[in-house]
Amino acid sequence: MCDKNKMETRNLNLYYKGFQALINVSFPVKENTVTALIGPSGCGKSTFLRTLNRMNDVIDGTRIEGEVLLDDENIYDAEVDPVVLRKQVGMVFQRPNPFPMSIYDNIAYGPRIHGRKNKDELNEIVEKSLQAAALWDEVKDRLHKSALGLSGGQQQRLVIARVLAVDPQVILMDEPASALDPISTAKLEDLIHQLKSSYTIVIVTHNMQQAARVSDFTGFFLNGEMIEYSVTNTMFTAPRVKQTEDYITGRFG
Amino acid sequence: METRLSNYYEKGIKYFFGLIAGTSILLLFLIFSLLFREGLGVFSNVGVMDFILGTRWLPVSETPFFGALPMIIGSIIVTLGAGMLAIPAGIGIAVYLAEVAPRSVREVAKAVIELLAGIPSVVYGFLGLTVLAPVIKDLLNLPSALTAFTAALVLAIMALPTVVSISEDALDAVPRDYREASLALGATKWETTVKIVLPSARSGLMAASMLGLGRAIGETMAVLMVAGNAMIIPHSIFDPVRTITASIAAEMGETVQGGLHYQALFGLGVVLFTITFVINLITDLIFTRTSSVKRGTSL
Repeated sequence: MCDKNKMETRNLNLYYKGFQALINVSFPVKENTVTALIGPSGCGKSTFLRTLNRMNDVIDGTRIEGEVLLDDENIYDAEVDPVVLRKQVGMVFQRPNPFPMSIYDNIAYGPRIHGRKNKDELNEIVEKSLQAAALWDEVKDRLHKSALGLSGGQQQRLVIARVLAVDPQVILMDEPASALDPISTAKLEDLIHQLKSSYTIVIVTHNMQQAARVSDFTGFFLNGEMIEYSVTNTMFTAPRVKQTEDYITGRFG
Repeated sequence: METRLSNYYEKGIKYFFGLIAGTSILLLFLIFSLLFREGLGVFSNVGVMDFILGTRWLPVSETPFFGALPMIIGSIIVTLGAGMLAIPAGIGIAVYLAEVAPRSVREVAKAVIELLAGIPSVVYGFLGLTVLAPVIKDLLNLPSALTAFTAALVLAIMALPTVVSISEDALDAVPRDYREASLALGATKWETTVKIVLPSARSGLMAASMLGLGRAIGETMAVLMVAGNAMIIPHSIFDPVRTITASIAAEMGETVQGGLHYQALFGLGVVLFTITFVINLITDLIFTRTSSVKRGTSL
């Protein structure tokens, strides 16, 4: 496990219209690790996740203060193009959202918009990405069938393959398993373990067992503030803050 | 006791709505059968081919001719012209409203555009005649301003609200998930619109186009006023034309009920009905095909 901060936020404040959704969040994301964000609904963990690839830019009325660093460069600097940034920092959403097109075209979408046109090259990317997402064996005979015919768990792995196809460095996952059954969830968690060696992963989850199973570090959010951050094991066995302990033991949330 | 009462109530409601639905189907069937009953005479008297492909329409001469081809071509040219103008423009406006415009602009603009649909067609004809026609005549240096092109332009303006409104609904119905997924992969807003949003809204955009065309082909009053009404086969879109609808409206008052001319006008109605039916059928086929692709059952 390497100690370098792949991403880091410094004194991050986020306002949505009159409401302050994130309060002074300073948070490290270590390279080639899985960092879990936990906390009750509405605590700002998804909002925080979306600041890491500037997906909040899409929402009108959002304002940001502070810094978000990727490899020590502030991604909110004026010269940073969010389109280029999102190629480096990919995102998997809560509900599986494959495009209404074939499995192949879903995976090839990203590489194509980034200028890869060569058919052999695309074929290779599609196969590699699907294999990395542990989906290749299940879909290799139906690549040109609609992605909407896949099961929820397969769709979510397809979405991950789609993210891998643009070769990101960081993958953000916003409750990726919340719409999945236990078996699909287990497969997804295995996949997260495998991906860790090549990517840096930040995952928002409601499920504390999941956070404990998949992550190396955990951050606990409450009412827009980052209450506690530590190594996952420590967090779940010996939390430093009372609120963390209350949440983990199920006293609220 | 109470459950039994509510059972009767449920049944009553079911039959009531069944009756209403049945009535509309019955009405449609009655219109359909009236049209054919009154119109079929001309096909047996004149002959189907002579009626559809005949080029001379002289309903009141000594030896009458009932060749509807000039009008069929007139209707098709005017409708296609209107479609070629209204569909791209309408979808373009819808893309602006749904994807680019701020919410405040979108809501005002959409309300105004939908209001346009409420203007009586005769008013559009009036505007076409007094405002558009002189401009077209001067700009294009034409002998007469009342041409297929003028009619297509007026019809395009009339069909625009339908196309914009339904296209905007279709674009708006594309899940935000798709847009976010595309943006999160590093696509620009424009790439997302062209490669994800428009294809996802395909069936709705198709419906918008077909309804726009339907509005154009059925329109009578405005076309009667601006198309020039010459019973000739046009050589270009800058020739005057007469459409099927305009002919029926213009001549119906002069006919004797049950006479051949009367039958011929109903025959025109049958032709028009067939054209719209075919348009609808094609749309329907495209619809079921694309939606089955979406569900993943074919491809």
